[in-house]
Amino acid sequence: MLKQTNYLTKVYGLPEGWTLPVYEREAKGYQAARKVLTTMSPAEVVNEAKKANIRGRGGAGFPMGVKWSFMRPHPTKPAYLVINADEGEPGTHKDRTLMELNPHAVIEGCIIGCYAIGAHTAYIYVRDELHLSKARLWGAIKEAKAKGYLGKAPFGKDYPVDVIVHTGAGAYICGEETSLLNSLEGRRGEPRLKPPFPAQAGAFGCPTTVNNLETIATVPTAFLLGCEEFSKLSSIHHLNDGGVRLFGVNGHVKKPGVYECAVGLTLRELIYDLGGGLIDDKPLHSVIPGGSSTPVLRADEIVNAPDEKNPLHPWHGKSVLDVPMGVDTFRNMGTMLGTCCATVMAEGTDPVACFHNLMRFYRFESCGQCTPCREGSGWLFRIAEKLMEGTCTMEELNSLHDIANGIMGNTICAFGEGTAMPALGYIKKFRKEFEAYVRGERRGADAKLTVKPWGEA
Amino acid sequence: MSFTLSPERERELAEILTRYPTKMAACIPALHLCQEQHGYIDDDVIQWVANRLDLSPAHVKGVVTFYTLFNKKKVGKHQIWVCRTLPCALRGANDLLAYCEKRLGIKEGETTPDGKITLRTAECLASCGTAPMMQVDKDYYENLTPAEVDKILDRLQRD
Ligand SMILES: Cc1cc2nc3c(=O)[nH]c(=O)nc-3n(C[C@H](O)[C@H](O)[C@H](O)COP(=O)(O)O)c2cc1C
Ligand code: SF4
Ligand code: FES
Repeated sequence: MLKQTNYLTKVYGLPEGWTLPVYEREAKGYQAARKVLTTMSPAEVVNEAKKANIRGRGGAGFPMGVKWSFMRPHPTKPAYLVINADEGEPGTHKDRTLMELNPHAVIEGCIIGCYAIGAHTAYIYVRDELHLSKARLWGAIKEAKAKGYLGKAPFGKDYPVDVIVHTGAGAYICGEETSLLNSLEGRRGEPRLKPPFPAQAGAFGCPTTVNNLETIATVPTAFLLGCEEFSKLSSIHHLNDGGVRLFGVNGHVKKPGVYECAVGLTLRELIYDLGGGLIDDKPLHSVIPGGSSTPVLRADEIVNAPDEKNPLHPWHGKSVLDVPMGVDTFRNMGTMLGTCCATVMAEGTDPVACFHNLMRFYRFESCGQCTPCREGSGWLFRIAEKLMEGTCTMEELNSLHDIANGIMGNTICAFGEGTAMPALGYIKKFRKEFEAYVRGERRGADAKLTVKPWGEA
Repeated sequence: MSFTLSPERERELAEILTRYPTKMAACIPALHLCQEQHGYIDDDVIQWVANRLDLSPAHVKGVVTFYTLFNKKKVGKHQIWVCRTLPCALRGANDLLAYCEKRLGIKEGETTPDGKITLRTAECLASCGTAPMMQVDKDYYENLTPAEVDKILDRLQRD
């Protein structure tokens, strides 16, 4: 259901929209944090937060309130809130807009989050390339400190909160939360074995909650509206997927960008109503729903959910483009909602070339700790290369399944699945095109990724 | 010649150290400061950071080699990164890269003979909604057209 909102994006585009006076004037800025710190106990905050049904915006969709409730005070160690702003999942371009255009929502969210989980320090881990984002966040921190919203006694409450911006140095894997923690500690960004989970031993060995940047930026809105009211803005609130979120759309659409809507929007609405439809009004070929690790959907796919217990059953027999974009709805379609930023491909796009591009990415970004991921991502890419060169045999094509299945479930972190799942998705859904490459009926040299040459209006 | 951080950057590092419960956590920020001053990270820089933060040179070297943004050797005065991951490729990133290569007369990964510009490729830079794009030093240039790329390259070559 298309319902555009402007809670998170109210100050986007306003002159000096990223500054504290505008945030306070236009978006009721810091009223939620003030209310929370001065009238609620941390336990009440966590309970209330659960009612917001905010599913983690970083990719996995874990309920935020439940994650907060895992935090237990440690007798000697401090607790930390760590915000994931590594934004590196190909196709994802939403957190950056919040940092650049509404950084105070992030800071206010950090104040509430720290208070809820018993932390006094929040680290925002921003990928190094985002220089403007870092500057805007530091600027917001400075302004909030000057006002007394951050620091020794926010809003007069004897509960010190500090927010610190930390940066990486270029590595996609640092978006994985345990890798991010190693990187924060000044180490190589190699993911850690779980357990222990961050809530037991996270940053510096202390209890830690890792929230995505959009997740935390959503918190002030939820508390301003009342968490249950906030959840009900979503048309799939009954599936515990509440509120509003940022929807990105990129690739072959006329109006790529980031749009704020109530949860429950469909891909069709995102692509045609918000994205303006496809360039040159081409037909849709396929769409990657939420970052490159989420398996691709074909334009002609139909929902198959005859079982009444399946959350997808109401959409049985309908196009996948008409299913509300939710964490559980998309998981049941064999893909994932991921970061909720869709990559759109027009008819004429070569799916094998897309596969090749993505497999190069994963080959390059594997941290190399686990053999199945290190070797498997290399094999997948080599076969992709051979396909494009016209030297791939049918046997090698068939081995793609075994290689991808050999990665699944056999690695330290979910990067492995994030590589194998999209690979399997492409092979399964575009088998004919892959075979055409093996038979020499299609050639890498003719493969098209663009609708028209770059620079042509 | 051994490396030392300039007094202003040393003050900045001292401030950075107050943000964390361990000295090790300042490793990446310290390396960024060193690279800003020195252009790249060599063994002298590694030794200096190790001494300053009470870490082993092996630890610091391990960190340097893990992250793509630490230059292990000298690079041009300006660096260009063209994003080539799928969403950008769908909007012409491959053509954009080829255009830059042709105009600069170098291949991806190389530096112009006058030492001014290093051309590199990047993986998704969180700018897919404004593709194709490239990063030049600290700035993003988005929704690029050939005319805009010409302007950017002209400016860098004049500088
Ligand atoms: C390979 C990999 C890359 C990831 N990259 C990011 C990222 O860039 N940003 C992010 O917020 N989460 C990323 N995640 C998810 C995080 O591990 C983690 O689930 C998330 O930060 C939790 O926040 P949330 O519950 O608010 O979504 C990544 C996960 C994996 C496996
Ligand atoms: S799955 Fe891949 S990225 Fe994750 S720890 Fe193993 S090798 Fe590293
Ligand atoms: S793919 Fe180029 S910025 Fe995301």
